[in-house]
Amino acid sequence: MADIKLEAIRKSYGRAEVIHGIDAEIADGEFIVIVGPSGCGKSTLLRMVAGLETITSGDIRIGGRVVNKLEPRERDIAMVFQNYALYPHMSVFDNMAYGLKIANVPKPEIAERVAEAARMLELEPYLDRKPRQLSGGQRQRVAMGRAIVRKPAVFLFDEPLSNLDAKLRVQMRLEIKALQRKLGITALYVTHDQVEAMTLADRMIVMNAGVAEQIGAPLEVYANPATLFVAGFIGSPPMNVIRQEIRPGRAALAPGAVIGVRPEHIDLVVPGAGLIDFDVGFCEPLGAETLVHGTTDAGDSLVVRIDGETPLPEAGTRIGLEIDPARILTFDPDGRRAGG
Amino acid sequence: MEKRVVFNNRWLPYLLVAPQLLVTLVFFFWPAGQAIYQSAFIPDPFGLSTRFVGFGNFEYLFGNRYYRESFLTTAVFSVLVTVSSMSLALWLAVLADRVIKGSGAYRTLLIWPYAVAPAIAGVLWLFMFNPFTGIIAWMLGQMGYTWNHTLDGGQAMALVVAASAWKQISYNFLFFLAGLQAIPKSVIEAAAIDGASFWRRFWTIVFPLLSPTTFFLLVVNVIYAFFDTFGVIHTITKGGPEQSTTILVYKVFSDGFVGQDLGSSAAQSVVLLVLVTILTVVQFRFIERRVHY
Repeated sequence: MADIKLEAIRKSYGRAEVIHGIDAEIADGEFIVIVGPSGCGKSTLLRMVAGLETITSGDIRIGGRVVNKLEPRERDIAMVFQNYALYPHMSVFDNMAYGLKIANVPKPEIAERVAEAARMLELEPYLDRKPRQLSGGQRQRVAMGRAIVRKPAVFLFDEPLSNLDAKLRVQMRLEIKALQRKLGITALYVTHDQVEAMTLADRMIVMNAGVAEQIGAPLEVYANPATLFVAGFIGSPPMNVIRQEIRPGRAALAPGAVIGVRPEHIDLVVPGAGLIDFDVGFCEPLGAETLVHGTTDAGDSLVVRIDGETPLPEAGTRIGLEIDPARILTFDPDGRRAGG
Repeated sequence: MEKRVVFNNRWLPYLLVAPQLLVTLVFFFWPAGQAIYQSAFIPDPFGLSTRFVGFGNFEYLFGNRYYRESFLTTAVFSVLVTVSSMSLALWLAVLADRVIKGSGAYRTLLIWPYAVAPAIAGVLWLFMFNPFTGIIAWMLGQMGYTWNHTLDGGQAMALVVAASAWKQISYNFLFFLAGLQAIPKSVIEAAAIDGASFWRRFWTIVFPLLSPTTFFLLVVNVIYAFFDTFGVIHTITKGGPEQSTTILVYKVFSDGFVGQDLGSSAAQSVVLLVLVTILTVVQFRFIERRVHY
């Protein structure tokens, strides 16, 4: 078990810098999710911690020790890959035992530790099978098992659930979280799925274009996004962006500045009674809730989340939007949160 | 899952395989049949008449010391060629797989020898090792080692093995490199994280995953060493000195076309055919079991 410190981490391929200086401190036993869109550098960052990519500048410390120049095997880490990366020619048992055999762990202890992991992951009936004889979910468990038998200081997960179907993904998400809690091992988890990030993370690092836009607890990030990017990326549907000042008694926004409102912070009222009106385009009834899409006179597309039992507004009708001014966030033209 | 093609026309599938069948019939089954037929006859010295001798040609062959020695020569030659060309090719492929900058140039250069015809490859090596004018023979002489493969059977064998292996390295390299690149990178990375050093990864992960390629190349290389090395041997040593490099296929040629003993030559062809069939079957039966597909 160990804490991780990232100090001004940068990565360049030739002249192109893809990671522009990331600082983060991860406490021992913490579950950190690195979330961001494709190509934001989140996997590269994880692979630098793993030792699979070199670090152009900055320091990575695991348990206080700078590991920049260490081989992956010297870093006391375990990693679960997106495609599981199981050894196709070995049985489930041998897949899990491989790292222990290399570490010269005595045979009885290997058998014991693999058996324990197999029991935890409900893999006991499959120990003699080859990976190709397993389902996607079972392969995923074997990959997890391979990581936990080694009792590493740090778990690294590279989009481990993205090859599973939606139902299994939810189930494995819960299992990963429970397992990490139980073992108390520091975890660094990369995903592009903001629901996974919200549900798994103690704290999350939201990345965009090689920069850590915000680091914080999921609900904190959701309620107080530091940038317009974070506001749009975290939350589904994303935060509404309105390009005009709608709060009464305020000066107009600076050119390029915008205000943001979460879809659930808007109530539907009669036209003229709210802060702004919009024309309903269409509705998406999801059961528990309904998403109402519409356009303001200024051309901003907005989404409003209303209770699922409210009667659906007809397309084309004009509706007023009531918003608590305290819920309105403002963003400067550079995308950062404005003071007021 | 197997995908089957359904043809609407009954004759189209036969038409499509006909060219391949025709080539096999004309260039394999017909000559093979002729060889089997002729192996039971002895023609007179002028080729005007033939006499039926049954298994006489075979009896004579296996009673012949030179023919029995040729078996041993073939075994030594093909093991040396196969092992050296495959291991060198694997080594080169592993290195080329790690090269990132200019990998295209390295690969092209390594594949080039394959475009050289066996006879030309033989002549190239002959030039370098010619006892009187060859540059390498001269360099060896400077170091106090006398090189004369026209007198020394061991040296002659070394030279034809080197030339034959060199020629086949490109082919093996190409397949090994493709095999290496087909191994998912993340599997290797997982092994690195599991603590395996480069060599440990190679022997426990890469080599087993490469085994289908290795097996295929083993079969192909043994057949290459048995048959396709004829041109190399013919240009460099002509089977000599003292038959020390006369492998079975070369003996078929020299007894038949130089010695004009067509009956014996045909019988030797039949023996060779049976031998290679047995070898291939053995490889599939016993070695393929250890292959992980």
